[in-house]
Amino acid sequence: MLTIKRVPTVVSNYQDNTSSEDLESKSRGCGRNCLGKCCLPVSKLPLYAFKNAEQETVENDIDTSCCRGPPMAFLNNLLLGQWEERMSRGLFRYDVTTCETKVIPGRHGFIAQLNKGRHHKKRATEFRIDQVLQPFDENKFNFTKVGQEEVLFRFEPSNDNEFHYFPSSAVDAASSSPSVVAINVSPIEYGHVLLIPRVLDCFPQSIDHESLFLALHLTSETADPAFRVGYNSLGAFATINHLHFQAYYLSLQLPIEKAPTCKLMTSEGSTDARVIVSKLLDYPVSGLVFEGGCTLRDLSDAVANSCVFLQNNNIPFNVLIAECGRRIFLLPQCYAEKQALGEVGRELLDTQVNPAVWEISGHIVLKRRKDYNEASEHYAWRLLSEVSLSEKRFQEVTNNIAEAAGFQQVEDDVTAKHESNQESSVPRAASHLPKDCLVQH
Amino acid sequence: MESQLGLIEQSFDLRYSGWVREALNELPDSFTITDPCISGHPIVFASNGFLKIFGYSKDEVIGRNGRMFQGPKTNRRSVMEIREAVREEKAIQISLLNYRKDGTPFWMLFHMCPVFSKEDGRVIHFLGVQVPIPRRPKRSVSTVVGNIGNLCENGARAREGMFRCCRREVCSDTVLELGRGSALDSVSSPDDREIDINEPCETSELEKQKANAAVSNVLSVLTHYSELTGKLVCGKRCCLSGTGLLGSSLNISLGRIKQSFVLSDPRLPDMPIVYASDTFLELTGYARHEVLGHNCRFLSGLDTDPATQFQIKEYIRTEQPCTVRILNYRKDRTPFWNLLHISPVRNASGKVAYFVGVQIDDSCKNQEEHGLSPQRRQLSVVGAVKVAVRSLSMGASSS
Repeated sequence: MLTIKRVPTVVSNYQDNTSSEDLESKSRGCGRNCLGKCCLPVSKLPLYAFKNAEQETVENDIDTSCCRGPPMAFLNNLLLGQWEERMSRGLFRYDVTTCETKVIPGRHGFIAQLNKGRHHKKRATEFRIDQVLQPFDENKFNFTKVGQEEVLFRFEPSNDNEFHYFPSSAVDAASSSPSVVAINVSPIEYGHVLLIPRVLDCFPQSIDHESLFLALHLTSETADPAFRVGYNSLGAFATINHLHFQAYYLSLQLPIEKAPTCKLMTSEGSTDARVIVSKLLDYPVSGLVFEGGCTLRDLSDAVANSCVFLQNNNIPFNVLIAECGRRIFLLPQCYAEKQALGEVGRELLDTQVNPAVWEISGHIVLKRRKDYNEASEHYAWRLLSEVSLSEKRFQEVTNNIAEAAGFQQVEDDVTAKHESNQESSVPRAASHLPKDCLVQH
Repeated sequence: MESQLGLIEQSFDLRYSGWVREALNELPDSFTITDPCISGHPIVFASNGFLKIFGYSKDEVIGRNGRMFQGPKTNRRSVMEIREAVREEKAIQISLLNYRKDGTPFWMLFHMCPVFSKEDGRVIHFLGVQVPIPRRPKRSVSTVVGNIGNLCENGARAREGMFRCCRREVCSDTVLELGRGSALDSVSSPDDREIDINEPCETSELEKQKANAAVSNVLSVLTHYSELTGKLVCGKRCCLSGTGLLGSSLNISLGRIKQSFVLSDPRLPDMPIVYASDTFLELTGYARHEVLGHNCRFLSGLDTDPATQFQIKEYIRTEQPCTVRILNYRKDRTPFWNLLHISPVRNASGKVAYFVGVQIDDSCKNQEEHGLSPQRRQLSVVGAVKVAVRSLSMGASSS
């Protein structure tokens, strides 16, 4: 059994690291408004019901170049307003906007932040990192313990083709368990929230089709490219084994979003409906980029199928949903394993950065002033290179994903070019393919 | 091509009154005017002086981008610095190797500066002045590099790399004279010495003065001819109270927030408004240029409670958010109760860079949109502003 010692991030004010007895007694008829079976079914929470159109296509590029810009989506306003309100109530452990942050000079534009407040002065706990799938343990901290004041709103599909907002909606005990968006009390950036699908069902941290679909909707409904959703599997630096995604705002392009790509394979189906899977180029971490498909469901399922394969084969990974849900990055990683086996260099370990989805995407939170002042593209590149699977291993994993998820590999230059010409009628997809990438094969 | 030319004509015609082109051509200098809002950032005007030096006709140049005058030996880094200045809407003075129509290269001092709309501080044109650098003989005198920050035309902070001579470490035996005597003393006849065109040229005080004078003259003409259309331009981003207005990407982001709010800059004297949303202007009845550069106290009037005003001052002083109900007056002097929420906004340095004030007309406060109360929507403005200011200041070199 491989483990590493980590101080887990405190994401909720109710997250104790005390003994399990304490947690047990709290879970028995708690008398406070938590998200457990004791309180939630008789509570009222704001509810944002998103338009439930399975056939919903990914929206066309929002024209952000026009001088005044399109107005912000309602969900965007709701989330920001609710988050700011929780700020004014003092629910966060620190004001993240007081943390210095900068773009590291260099070609890729890695982003560094000096954040001392995230580092909890508690004893490190042991985390098992060699098993991506672990059963839910109700004695450990999970999101049913969270106080309702930390919940911004429920996020569930509506019954029709419209979105609806109910400022105070009774949680219907008879319907399926509610999905909620809650604050992360140790935010990395403004607006840092947690999406917890079907909180009462107590899923362990593992991706399933419905949950990923929900996460994708969060980005598409917010409709702000600054708002991205991320996921860390166990073994890839998730510390809470209760299914959750994270999200926050950053109005800058992340290095991973700027990386060129090269088409590898596509899902089955008609040309228009195919999901294109590309490989990241010129980036320290090997990864796949999913885009295209006719509907959100197409895209979501392609990614979910791939994640399920990785989970079942015990390969830790991170997922980033970007560009309002139009691009999804899947990054298998092995840093935790290397760390447990003592294979990571001392200087990297000393910076105490655990490369989870945000770090891998290029947003690195540092704890020490020294590391922040000296942060360089070289450091970021080295850190992230340690995360990556080797080229050989990545190739293996990609082939296996293709088989498991039913993707067709792009055969050769001729085919690739041909595909590209056909795809040019779907401008959205083609715009992500740099013209010269097809020659790479 | 038709519509492109149409846009180019309009670029001038909408902004400046007739005869502006003639007035500009009365100036002897070589300069071009480009429009960054038209795709391709084309030249919309080229002076006769320019056409003469470069050997092109007007039609060969209008609608084209300035890169057409660059060539194989043009320093890429210099070109990138110019591009960056365009992106950051800053002035730049830099030596550049350009090519005439007949293919012959020559060195010139290129001075570019933005032309701002006085109304909202947006860049509407870039002015580029070209001063040819005459060939000079080499002399074995060590270089002197002094402070040239004071040549900064628009008063903006001179960034270190912005005004400089090229590759001074290479030109160790070329004379650089700064403010000491005339460069003419050192210039012998051009044929005196073979100058390797590959070597960068040091500019002298004379060229810089010529450039500054040309810029000043052109801006004078443009300002005058824009007065007549009412769409004033000026060489400084904010003529009203010095620097302080926001960059274009922040402007665009803030433009997505469809509510009444203003941003004020506490680091400037009397904490002036540096951004006002369209909805704010609709609510108060003022035009943008009447508001920018002024402190928000102009909204208060006879019956405004001074205690409330003092309260606001206190919260601002202690950098705390607050919500107050204050009696304000529109431009037509009609009063309204303003449910005002003020919050400090920090930039990437972690320090307070602005205060955002979000206004709600009290008579509208019960209007809910999709179930979201105006007070909740107020806070969403604060959140959106905080995200924009923080993110968009991460790449800047200083706060």
